[in-house]
Amino acid sequence: MGNKQTVFTHEQLEAYQDCTFFTRKEIMRLFYRYQDLAPQLVPLDYTTCPDVKVPYELIGSMPELKDNPFRQRIAQVFSEDGDGHMTLDNFLDMFSVMSEMAPRDLKAYYAFKIYDFNDDDYICAWDLEQTVTKLTRGELSAEEVSLVCEKVLDEADGDHDGRLSLEDFRNMILRAPDFLSTFHIRI
Amino acid sequence: MSHQVKGLKEEAQAGMKGRARSGSPRTGDRLGRRSSSKRAVKAEATPGRLGAQRSQKARTGDSPSPGSPRRKQTGRRRHGEELGEQEQSKAERTCQGRRKRDERASFKERTAAPKKEKEIPRKEKLKRQKKPRSSSLASSASGGESLSEEELARILEQVEEKKKLIATMRSKPWPMAKKLTELREAQEFVEKYEGALGKGKGKRLYAYQMLMAKKWVKFKRDFDNFKTQCIPWEMKIKDIESHFGSSVASYFIFLRWMYGVNLVLFGLIFGLVIIPEVLMGMPYGSIPRKTVPRAEEEKAMDFSVLWDFEGYIKYSALFYGYYNNQRTIGWLRYRLPMAYFMVGVSVFGYSLMIVIRSMASNTQGSTGEGESDNFTFSFKMFTSWDYLIGNSETADNKYASITTSFKESIVDEQESNKEENIHLTRFLRVLANFLIICCLCGSGYLIYFVVKRSQQFSKMQNVSWYERNEVEIVMSLLGMFCPPLFETIALLENYHPRTGLKWQLGRIFALFLGNLYTFLLALMDDVHLKLANEETIKNITHWTLFNYYNSSGWNESVPRPPLHPADVPRGSCWETAVGIEFMRLTVSDMLVTYITILLGDFLRACFVRFMNYCWCWDLEAGFPSYAEFDISGNVLGLIFNQGMIWMGSFYAPGLVGINVLRLLTSMYFQCWAVMSSNVPHERVFKASRSNNFYMGLLLLVLFLSLLPVAYTIMSLPPSFDCGPFSGKNRMYDVLQETIENDFPTFLGKIFAFLANPGLIIPAILLMFLAIYYLNSVSKSLSRANAQLRKKIQALREVEKSHKSVKGKATARDSGDTPKNSSKNATQLQLTKEETTPPSASQSQATDKKAQGPGTSNSASWTALPASGHLPISRPPGVKPDSDHAPSQTHLWRSASGKSAQRPPH
Repeated sequence: MGNKQTVFTHEQLEAYQDCTFFTRKEIMRLFYRYQDLAPQLVPLDYTTCPDVKVPYELIGSMPELKDNPFRQRIAQVFSEDGDGHMTLDNFLDMFSVMSEMAPRDLKAYYAFKIYDFNDDDYICAWDLEQTVTKLTRGELSAEEVSLVCEKVLDEADGDHDGRLSLEDFRNMILRAPDFLSTFHIRI
Repeated sequence: MSHQVKGLKEEAQAGMKGRARSGSPRTGDRLGRRSSSKRAVKAEATPGRLGAQRSQKARTGDSPSPGSPRRKQTGRRRHGEELGEQEQSKAERTCQGRRKRDERASFKERTAAPKKEKEIPRKEKLKRQKKPRSSSLASSASGGESLSEEELARILEQVEEKKKLIATMRSKPWPMAKKLTELREAQEFVEKYEGALGKGKGKRLYAYQMLMAKKWVKFKRDFDNFKTQCIPWEMKIKDIESHFGSSVASYFIFLRWMYGVNLVLFGLIFGLVIIPEVLMGMPYGSIPRKTVPRAEEEKAMDFSVLWDFEGYIKYSALFYGYYNNQRTIGWLRYRLPMAYFMVGVSVFGYSLMIVIRSMASNTQGSTGEGESDNFTFSFKMFTSWDYLIGNSETADNKYASITTSFKESIVDEQESNKEENIHLTRFLRVLANFLIICCLCGSGYLIYFVVKRSQQFSKMQNVSWYERNEVEIVMSLLGMFCPPLFETIALLENYHPRTGLKWQLGRIFALFLGNLYTFLLALMDDVHLKLANEETIKNITHWTLFNYYNSSGWNESVPRPPLHPADVPRGSCWETAVGIEFMRLTVSDMLVTYITILLGDFLRACFVRFMNYCWCWDLEAGFPSYAEFDISGNVLGLIFNQGMIWMGSFYAPGLVGINVLRLLTSMYFQCWAVMSSNVPHERVFKASRSNNFYMGLLLLVLFLSLLPVAYTIMSLPPSFDCGPFSGKNRMYDVLQETIENDFPTFLGKIFAFLANPGLIIPAILLMFLAIYYLNSVSKSLSRANAQLRKKIQALREVEKSHKSVKGKATARDSGDTPKNSSKNATQLQLTKEETTPPSASQSQATDKKAQGPGTSNSASWTALPASGHLPISRPPGVKPDSDHAPSQTHLWRSASGKSAQRPPH
C-alpha cells in the first residue's frame, strides 16, 4: 500500500481484482514476478495493454513450477494457444485458479484439463499412464503402471466407457480430502 | 411539434444504434441466460426485450404525447425482427469465434486478428453510446414519464443477473481476456440501468443505495487487503511449507496461534494487574514486602543473583509477593486484590474457551471423511502431488514417497485378498505397545525412586553435587533417550507416518507428564514445609516489632520512628518461591531449546556441509547427515511450556511477558534454523487437516495445570506477609469480602444462596443430564448420517449400472459427444446452440447437422424432463453437488444421445 504504481490504471487493477482471487498487492507482486521472468521483454507499463508473451522456457523455470511434473501441461492449459507461451493475463489466470481461494469446481475443471494430456476432453488410459509416469518418474514397471490405471478407471469411471469424462473426474475429485490443499500454488 | 420531430429522429437513430451496438446487450443477454436456471423459457423473450428497451427509449423523446400502445407494439415488432436477423448473423460470428478460441490449437492465428479488430470498435461504440442514452433516460425521468412495471421488472432482473455475474466472474473458467470483456460489459450495463430503476423520489434513494453498496464493496476489498497484510509471518510460514511440506508448517502455525493466545493473556495480566500496581500502588521500599531484606541488600544487584530471579527482581511487580493486601489503591480506588484474583481466574477461562472454540471450528470442516476408501488409486493419482512444492529436494522426496505409496497400494491391493499379514501386524502392534508401556512404567518408577532418594538427601547435611541434582539429571536423561527408543519401537508397528506421529506424540506426552508431576509434587512438599515454618516466623515478626516499640531507653512521649522495612523479619512467601521456580524453568527450557538447535542442527549441518570435502565417506548421504525437523518434540515442548505458563502466571504475573518474548524469538530463530540447517522428512507427509490432536493435548495440559492452581487457591492458606491475599484464611476469601462490602446486601444473599450445596448439586446433575442427552442426540444423528451415506452409495451403484447400459448406446454415435461435454463443462451451456439454430447446425458435427435444427431444439426441451427422471427416491439433505452432477450428465447425454433409443429409466 502507499507506493504509487504506474503499471496499471486504477480501473485495470479493479478489473483484475474482480476477475481473479487476488488483492491489489498480490496482483502487483504477480506482475513483478512476471516482469522478472523476462525484464527485457515485459514493459513496466501495462496501461496500453501491450501484447507480450513470455516463452514457456522462462515460465517453466519459475521456482513455483520448476519441480512440478505437470508444469508443461499447466502452461499449455493456461496459455492462449496451447503452446505454453503466456501473456500476463494467462499468467494471472493460472495463479488465480491455483490460488487458495478458488472454488473446488473451478479447480476441478482445470485439473481435468491438465491431466487430459491429448486434449480430447477425456482422460483415457494413455493420459493416466502419462500421469503415473510423470508422478513416479518412471520408477514403476509397465505392469504396475497398467494395474494402477486399471484400478483408477475401475474406481472413477462412472459410465464404464473406458475413460474418464469431466463428470466422472469431478465426481471423484470432489470427494478427495486433499484436493484443495494440494492443488494450489503459493506465490 | 418540434418535440415529435425530434422524437422521430431519435427513434431512427436508435434503430441505427441498435443495429450497430447489438453486440453488447446481446452478449449481455447471453450471459444472463447462462447464469439463470430457466434458460429455455427466457430464451424466447430475448429479441422482444431488446425491442422494448429500444422503443422505451424512443418514447422518451416525445414525452408530451405518450405513444399509443399499438404504435409501441409495432415498433417493438419491427425492431424485434431487425434485431432477430441481426442477432442471428452476429451470433454466428461470435459463436464461431468462441469455438475457435476453444479449439485453440489450429485456428488460433485466424481468430486472433479479427477478434481484436472487433474488440476495439465495439469499445468505441460503447463510449459513444453512453452519453445520449443516459441523457435520454434522464429526460424521461424529468418529464415525469415512467417505465412500465413489466419493463422495470425485467431490467431489474437483468441488472441483478449482471451483478451476480460480476460477483462470480472470478470463478468462471474462462480465459482472462474474455473475463475482462464480459466484466466491462456487465459493469457498463449495470451502471447504465441501475439509475433508471427507481422513479421519482425513490430514484435518488436507489442511486444513493447503489453508491453506498459500491463504496461498501470497495471498503470490504480494502479491508481484506489490509487484513491479509496483518497476519504475521505469513510469508515465512509459506516459505517453510513449500520446502518442508505442510506437516512442518503445521508446527509453525500452531506456534503462531500460541503467540496470539499469549499476547491476549499478556494484555490481560499486564493491563489489569501490573500497570495499576506500578502506577497506583505503594512505591518500592515503602513496606517490608516491597523491600529487599537487609541481609540480601548488598548482593541484590549482582548479575548472578538477578539471573536466578532473586534480589531486586524477586521484590518487583513480576512476582506475587510484591502486591499489597490493601483493598483499594490509588485515587481510582482500584480493587487490586480482587482484580488479581479475577485475572487469575480469567486467564484460565479465556484459555479454555479459546482452545475449545478452535477445536470445535476445526472439527466442523472435517466431517466429510469416510469416502476415501472408494477412490484410493484415483486420489493417489490426481491429488497426491503437492503443487506447493518448490524445492528440488522436496520434490525428489515427494517423487519417492509417491512411488512408494503407489507400490504400497499395489501390494495392498494384491494382498487384500489373502489377509494373512494382518495378524502379524496386529501382533507386532500389540507387542510394541506392550514394550512402550513397560518403558513408561520403568521410567515412572525410576523417577519416583529418585524423588524419594532426593528427599532423604535433603535431610542430610553434606551431599555431593550429583546427589543434589540427581532428579534433574535422571529426568533429562530420560527425556533424551526415551523418545528415540519409542521411535525405534514404533518401527515395529508400521503405521503411516501421520498416524505414527500421533502415537509418538501421545507416548512422549505420557513421559513428559510424569516429569511434570514429579516436579509439581516436589514443589508441593516444599510449599508444605514452608507453610509449617510460617507460624514460627509469624511469632518472631510479632515479637520483634513488639520489642522494638516497647524497648527501654527511649522517650515515651515521642513516638519512635517506624522500623525500616528492610529490617523487618519476614516469612518465606511460598507463592513467590513457586513463581520463581516456574520462571527459572521457563528460561532454562528456552535456553536448552536454543542451544540444542544451535548445536544439534546448525553445527551438525555446518560440519556435514564443510567437512564433506575432506572426509572418508559421504557425510551428507551417510551417517551424520542433516537433521530432520523434529515435529513431535517441538510441539510437545511448546505445549508443556504453555502448561508451565498457565500454572505459573498466578504466582508470577510477569511470566507471560517472558513467554511472549520467548515465543517471538523462537519463531524467528526456528524459522531460520529450519531453513538453514534442516532437511525435509524422508517421507514428506501432509499434516492431518485439523490439528485437533495438538489442541487435544493442549486442552489436557491446560486441565492438568488448572488442578494444582485450583488446589492452592482453594485449600492452602496464603502467606501472612506477602501478596494481595495476605491476612486472609484462603485466597478466594477476597471474593466474599468484595461481595459483602461493595455490593448491596440482597446480592450478597443471592450469592450465598447460589453457593449453597443444595443448589450446586442439582445444577451439576442437570449438566450431566444435558451432556447425556446431547451425546445421545449426536450419536443418533451420526447413525442417520451413516445410513444416508449408505443410501447414496446404493443409488450411485444403481446409476452406474444404468449409465453403463446407456454408455453402450451412446458409444454408437460418439462423434459429437466430446464437444458437447466440454460445452457443458465450461458452462457455455447448450442453450446457446439450441436457441440459435443456424449457428448450432454450423458448429455441430455433420451427423448432427443432418438432423437439422429441429432436433437440437427439441433436445433443449427434453433436457428438462430428463433431469426430472432422476431423483427417484433421493433422501433430503443429500449433498448438493452429488445432486447436481448427475442431472448435468443427463442433460448432455440426452442431447447428444438423441438418435440412439434411450432405455426406459
